[in-house]
Amino acid sequence: MPHYPDATSIARSVRNQETSAKSVVAAALAGIAEKNPKLNCFTTVLAEQAMADAAALDHAIAQGHEPGPLAGVPFGVKDLFDIAGVTTLAGSKINADRPPATQDATLVTRLKQAGAILVGAQNMDEYAYGFVTENSHYGPSRNPHDPTRITGGSSGGSVAAVASGMVPLSLGSDTNGSIRVPSAFCGIFGLKPTYGRLSRARTYPFVGSLDHLGPFARSVRDIALIFDILQGPDPDDPVCTTRPPQLCLPELEKGIDGLRIAVAADYFAKNAEPEVFEAVGTVARALGVEQRVTIPEAHRARAAAFMITASEGSHLHLADLRSRPQDFDFATRDRFLAGALIPTGWYLQAQKFRRWYRDRVQELFEMVDIILAPTVPCVAPPIGQQKLVLDGVEMLLRPNIGLFAQPLSFIGLPIINVPVPRSGQLPLGVQVIAAPYNEALALRVAAYLEAAGIVSAPVPE
Amino acid sequence: MTNPIPNPTAYIDQAATLIGLPIPSEYHQSVVENFERIAAIAQLVLEFPLPEETEIAPVFEPESRKVPPL
Repeated sequence: MPHYPDATSIARSVRNQETSAKSVVAAALAGIAEKNPKLNCFTTVLAEQAMADAAALDHAIAQGHEPGPLAGVPFGVKDLFDIAGVTTLAGSKINADRPPATQDATLVTRLKQAGAILVGAQNMDEYAYGFVTENSHYGPSRNPHDPTRITGGSSGGSVAAVASGMVPLSLGSDTNGSIRVPSAFCGIFGLKPTYGRLSRARTYPFVGSLDHLGPFARSVRDIALIFDILQGPDPDDPVCTTRPPQLCLPELEKGIDGLRIAVAADYFAKNAEPEVFEAVGTVARALGVEQRVTIPEAHRARAAAFMITASEGSHLHLADLRSRPQDFDFATRDRFLAGALIPTGWYLQAQKFRRWYRDRVQELFEMVDIILAPTVPCVAPPIGQQKLVLDGVEMLLRPNIGLFAQPLSFIGLPIINVPVPRSGQLPLGVQVIAAPYNEALALRVAAYLEAAGIVSAPVPE
Repeated sequence: MTNPIPNPTAYIDQAATLIGLPIPSEYHQSVVENFERIAAIAQLVLEFPLPEETEIAPVFEPESRKVPPL
């Protein structure tokens, strides 16, 4: 039976010289060669560079140099992250015409400085405008639990690469749910940090007001370890916070005593399959939670996030929409064209509402520390499915998969998806939501649930 | 209370012309449908009364962070 060590244990083995970085990376590349043709997670594999980096790391260790806390850990990044020498596709055909990036994204550099080994770039929905990762240029990514089903998106390739055991760690992005949704569909941990917590320097954008970057892994200690390495100010990103890092790993085992936790009611307690609420209930019971909390006007928050996304997203691509609309993915093109015509007043009102809503939710967090909500309204649907029935109402699948995710990323709250495995069935996810900059509390709750056996990310056979 | 535009096609065509964004005929119907969807969603935001003094969420910083502090 294959064994899939997490990043923490890989790094320990490599640092202790029980394993070489070269053998770890060679095994990862072999796993990618075996699984990627079916699952279509990677758009670029950097086999030669990865083996050279691994050899250099082994040499450095042999010389007695400090290799870093992620020594020898193979990782991939969503293909909107700049990688020196590689063209940043951002899931598009249009960007394939651009010259290669000259410098790695800041977060890629930080992982490499910690000893991690980059093995490739990963598939996504075009320009991140999707919840499914069905890319008409590069193909759909496939769910490792059932390859006839979607991974979710837009970070589908990054998530499926971790869920299938190809790599223990990936980086992705989340604007309205693109870290959390695929994490839930594929059954892994995905962290969307506080807005502005992690540097976005040298990544291809989507919606400046809403874009977040974050890590995927199969253990909570890995998420904490990686997130702590990624934190820190960056003069190359004007949005990145100048707050000093607030380390999560040292807090991880503190448990949940004294934490005020509530389950989100109303908007977050309807429009989903019953098994979704059963999964939330399982998590809530394990934490001893009985309290409910209502996040007010969440349906309007979702609408406002949609307005801001459509306006800013379309404006970013306006020149290409004018000159080469036929080169867009059919799944994004007409949404981008329509979004370019939104009256300014609609956008401004959405940004005003955002301040009001942010203040109301902040008041809630004076009374609770953690809020629980479903991540997705159903298990991963089949690839190509267009419609969804929720609470007896048929609706378009693609925009509605993110209904629980969108109102929360709208105000930049830190959220980890915790995967609830269900024997013989597809996984589901729960959002563990904290107040801004309180990732450590969310990860403590996730660690508690993991230790109790309630949440885990086993690689499917 | 704002009313949804009953038929946005005229607006779409005028606005697209105004900003120099050609809508190829093969995409036109889909663009209209998508805009109608956007307009319906916008109503949820537009109909919600906010205090008059509510500012937009983003705040301008007069000093760029690229400038190192003195």
